[in-house]
Amino acid sequence: MLAIYRKEMRSYFINPIGYIYLGVFLVFSALLCCYTTIISGSYDTSSYFTFLIMTFIILIPILTMRLFAEERKLRTEQLLLTAPVTITGMVMGKYLAALTMYVGGILISCINFLPLYIIAKQENADNATSLTHIGPITGEIVGSVIAVILLGAALIAVGTLISALTENQLSAAVITIGVIAVMVLLNVFNLLTDSDGQPIIGSYIVRSVIDWISVISRFSNFSNGIFDYAALLYYASIAFVFLFLTVRVYEKRRWG
Amino acid sequence: MIKIEHLVKNYGAHCAVDDISFEVEPGEIVGFLGPNGAGKSTTMNILTGYLSSTSGKASIAGIDILRDPIGAKKLIGYLPEQPPLYLDMTVEEYLNFNYDLKCCKLDRDAHLAEVCETVKIKDVYKKVIRTLSKGYRQRVGIAQALIGKPKVIIFDEPTVGLDPKQIIEIRNLIRGLGKEHTVILSTHILQEVQAVCDRIVIINKGKIVANEKTENISHVVENNRRFNIKIAGPQKDILAMLKNMQGISYAEVLAERDGDAYTYMVESEYGVDIRKKLFYQLAERGWPMIGMEALGMNLEDIFITVVDKSEEVKLGATRNRIKRRARGTEKSALEREVGATLYEDAQRQRNESALTSNAEDEDDE
Repeated sequence: MLAIYRKEMRSYFINPIGYIYLGVFLVFSALLCCYTTIISGSYDTSSYFTFLIMTFIILIPILTMRLFAEERKLRTEQLLLTAPVTITGMVMGKYLAALTMYVGGILISCINFLPLYIIAKQENADNATSLTHIGPITGEIVGSVIAVILLGAALIAVGTLISALTENQLSAAVITIGVIAVMVLLNVFNLLTDSDGQPIIGSYIVRSVIDWISVISRFSNFSNGIFDYAALLYYASIAFVFLFLTVRVYEKRRWG
Repeated sequence: MIKIEHLVKNYGAHCAVDDISFEVEPGEIVGFLGPNGAGKSTTMNILTGYLSSTSGKASIAGIDILRDPIGAKKLIGYLPEQPPLYLDMTVEEYLNFNYDLKCCKLDRDAHLAEVCETVKIKDVYKKVIRTLSKGYRQRVGIAQALIGKPKVIIFDEPTVGLDPKQIIEIRNLIRGLGKEHTVILSTHILQEVQAVCDRIVIINKGKIVANEKTENISHVVENNRRFNIKIAGPQKDILAMLKNMQGISYAEVLAERDGDAYTYMVESEYGVDIRKKLFYQLAERGWPMIGMEALGMNLEDIFITVVDKSEEVKLGATRNRIKRRARGTEKSALEREVGATLYEDAQRQRNESALTSNAEDEDDE
């Protein structure tokens, strides 16, 4: 498993993919941070994280598309599957490599908050007499970062499965974009209202199902500063289920 | 070392491998011979744990590949039909990756150097695999299979797409490996197994049709004698002479022409050497023989001799069985149906022969 993990990590950096991912992600996150906080004169980071999740629709497929599709196309998976490694080990090695890239990107992007703290420090010095808290809430940021990491872990597992099902990087990417877009944006329908202020989707049951599927509706608690264990468990479960399915896809193919 | 028992692999309704059993002794080089789509690769893929069998058992050194896949895979080095190379890696990185992947315990530098020495890829060690030629890629693939000194090495068509010089090199290499490893290689080239292997397993349509020592198969090959003979002279007369000559079972004119000489393809009868006799007869008539070329038996011919023989035997056996049952008292509906037609045929034949013999009898009288 470790050998496969190392190989994948290496391949992110000898191909342009790793650099493209990190570059695009850091630019996006920095811009988002600028617009949602500094330019709009707010210390509230909740909308920053919400928009950040939107960028995953494009960015996570970049990480996951080649994981299995490329191996299948070049027939190198035969090497991995005939080596003394379990299928679970192979899937986990690849998944963890993608996850490492993703977490690395998120952690680097935390420098985006630095200007907020610097500005806050300045402002606090100017209003030394004020008793109200001025500046970003560290607890909320840490909670949100943890939640974003787990949410990403779930989405990467989705991308991993799709890559295992396809033989072509591009189709893997396109399908993953579609699926992640649905998972992230689905609850927009719940927010739409007609001219009377009534939700467009009348049925409460449909709304709650959409809410349940949508990964972003669970994120709102973190935006409000609540550390929601249930949501984390939800993300972890999604990751587990999709990785399990990936392993099953390979098991199935052996018996095919 | 390798034991395969009643292996079956179905792809839906299609049966790729149909009840195959054979064993390979330690240190043996076994050639797996068969036309495309015969089930060679499928068998190898099952043996290496890439595919699972529908039923049956495959074990390496007593370890069942399904029960303990990791344990069995540790003993195998495998070169699939298409070498599984990561084109963006250098040879060095690729071999190191394989070393890690196989959890190799040998001394890394010494072992990799030894492997590179064996397959002669030292001069491309630092190169990216993408830039290598087909021959070198194949060798890197072989190097990959050798890493960790596996007890069993499996090559799937190792010489496909190589030039003749490379083919000879790879064959020599494989023969060298047979000293320390047990080797199975698949191919559809007869000369290859003859040159390299101790034993030949011929497989066709998912079934083993022959499992013989190489000498025995070669003997079958020697028995069939076909020649291309170039003779100057009148085409029709020569052909007529060839056809009438004793010991020749078949003759035909090939389209090749060289001045007034034509090439004739001649097949001699089983166990007869016609060469000298043919020479003297032609010389007698003043038709000079310009060239003679012995045609080796190709895979198709082997099949015609080996496969057809076995199928005939089997077919004959079933036919006889059905006939016997048709005459018997216990008949299932289906058997009766099949049997009835055969029985009628047989009856008619018997009647006819009886008629003719009667006629003959009458003639005699």
